[in-house]
Amino acid sequence: MTVDSATQAGPAAEPAPMGVVATAPGPGSAGRGRSGLAGAFLNKFLLPFSVFALIIGIWYLVSGLTLSPRQRFMLPLPHDVVRVGILDWDNFSKTLEALKYTVIVTFTGLAISMVLGVLAAVLMNQAKWVESSLYPWAVVLQTIPILALTPVLSFFFGFALTSRTIVCVIISFFPIVSNTLFGLQSVDRGMHELFTLHHTGRFTRLWKLQLPAAMPAMFSGFRIAAGQSVIGAVVGEFFFKQGNAGLGTNLSVFASRLEGERLWATTLVASLLGVAVFVFFGWLSRVAVGRWYQPRRG
Amino acid sequence: MTTTTEPPPAAATAALRFAGVSKRFKDGTVALAGADLSVAPAEFVSVVGPSGCGKSTLLRIASGLDDATGGTVDVHSKSLGYVFQDATLLPWRNVAHNVGLLAELEHLGKRERQARVAEAIELVGLAGFERHLPHELSGGMRMRVSIARSLVLAPDVFLFDEPFGALDEITRERLNDELLRMFIQRRFAALFITHSVQEAVFLSGRVLVMSGRPGRIKAEVAVPFAYPRAPELRYSAEFAALCGEISRHLRDV
Ligand SMILES: Nc1ncnc2c1ncn2[C@@H]1O[C@H](COP(=O)(O)OP(=O)(O)OP(=O)(O)O)[C@@H](O)[C@H]1O
Ligand SMILES: [Mg+2]
Repeated sequence: MTVDSATQAGPAAEPAPMGVVATAPGPGSAGRGRSGLAGAFLNKFLLPFSVFALIIGIWYLVSGLTLSPRQRFMLPLPHDVVRVGILDWDNFSKTLEALKYTVIVTFTGLAISMVLGVLAAVLMNQAKWVESSLYPWAVVLQTIPILALTPVLSFFFGFALTSRTIVCVIISFFPIVSNTLFGLQSVDRGMHELFTLHHTGRFTRLWKLQLPAAMPAMFSGFRIAAGQSVIGAVVGEFFFKQGNAGLGTNLSVFASRLEGERLWATTLVASLLGVAVFVFFGWLSRVAVGRWYQPRRG
Repeated sequence: MTTTTEPPPAAATAALRFAGVSKRFKDGTVALAGADLSVAPAEFVSVVGPSGCGKSTLLRIASGLDDATGGTVDVHSKSLGYVFQDATLLPWRNVAHNVGLLAELEHLGKRERQARVAEAIELVGLAGFERHLPHELSGGMRMRVSIARSLVLAPDVFLFDEPFGALDEITRERLNDELLRMFIQRRFAALFITHSVQEAVFLSGRVLVMSGRPGRIKAEVAVPFAYPRAPELRYSAEFAALCGEISRHLRDV
């Protein structure tokens, strides 16, 4: 029965995009205008959803064919995940409650990172010696395994939300610093000279030229950092389990109890949080700089 | 400015004067070797020369962006305008705010600034485009914004570095006509770099021809036509003869 649905999902998903892709290059550049809407539909919906269907199909195949019913807690059938983990309101409302705390930690950590990161980047941009002395450590900070920090963080900040938030800051700090710094430093030389001609002080130059020019890079840093912060929150909850349970707390509980359905449903919610945060920051960036900055132009 | 042992020349009223100016870059490139030129107040002087002969360097030194490594540079100017080859507009500022930028940097009061911005926008023919962003403008319009931005400060010396080099012939001629109109109205001293001999002759009272690198002024051609100049001047025999003469100078650089 499940095998049936798998074989249906597989072939049904595959030929559809293949056929369209084969004809798409045909019309060439002259056909761009005509295929605009169809192309957008293809790229935005048809292709991603075909891949989605394919993944679900493979999931059914792996779970249904290679795992015996007793092993299936590792990778339960997708409809069981939905039934137990999402449609069961008792379970799902607990997941939503956990989601709330994960979101709080994610955004608190991210906000702190944004403030500290932009500030650090501005200081590094203003004084070369600050950059020389701090930037290498910003790189290193990102590479420290969180596991190594668990004892010291818990000693000073306890096993609850504060430590989790700090993990988020550590993990999301670097993308903001590096992107903002890059933005501040890659301002067109001609524009700098225009400001130099009029004896502009460094604060005015920063405020009227460099910071606005760095906004697109800064926002792409925010977007990367936001994704990192979600990961930071979940990982932090894994290590710091006291206080309100977040998605990561639940993940470790379900994993130890072999509750595969709820484990996978929680994973799904955590990924959706990541996607939502990514989409949100993409939108925010368009609102902030989309009026004058079009990455696809030129 | 850099000074050497050379005694200051007698005529002291030039808006801009270079005497034996040379420039050697740190990497050893000699861009200018003994360049002499002067521009009187309310005079329009163009410079033509082969690519890489040091024309931009000349303007950068005049503006103070670079220092000469020899010779004397005198700039008598209360307000210096400098139009680069690129419009260098801030992409997040609309036309009005770009035009007002230099006035902001020079701390002009808001009232005063707004009045001057409106006037400059009018003068370059961009009325109605105040709220447009740079990416919504054509290349010619962006250049107009760039010129208006300097006009706001009412420059008495105006430096132009191939401002219309990237534009098509028709747009370029239109902007030449309009630039002359502004020149007649504002009476600034202009030093104008260009690749186009026609453009140089049409705009200037004098055209200077530079040698190849290291650059010097190797010929000077006076243009006798009175201002204002009609667009049809470009098709007259005298005009063609002058262009021919300058082109000859350029060829045996
Ligand atoms: N910062 C620099 N360091 C070293 N050499 C330089 C520098 N700037 C310019 N040069 C060299 O000096 C010479 C003159 O440069 P400049 O830009 O003044 O030429 P140009 O006459 O304006 O050329 P074009 O017509 O192509 O604009 C060139 O050979 C250039 O390579
Ligand atoms: Mg040049």
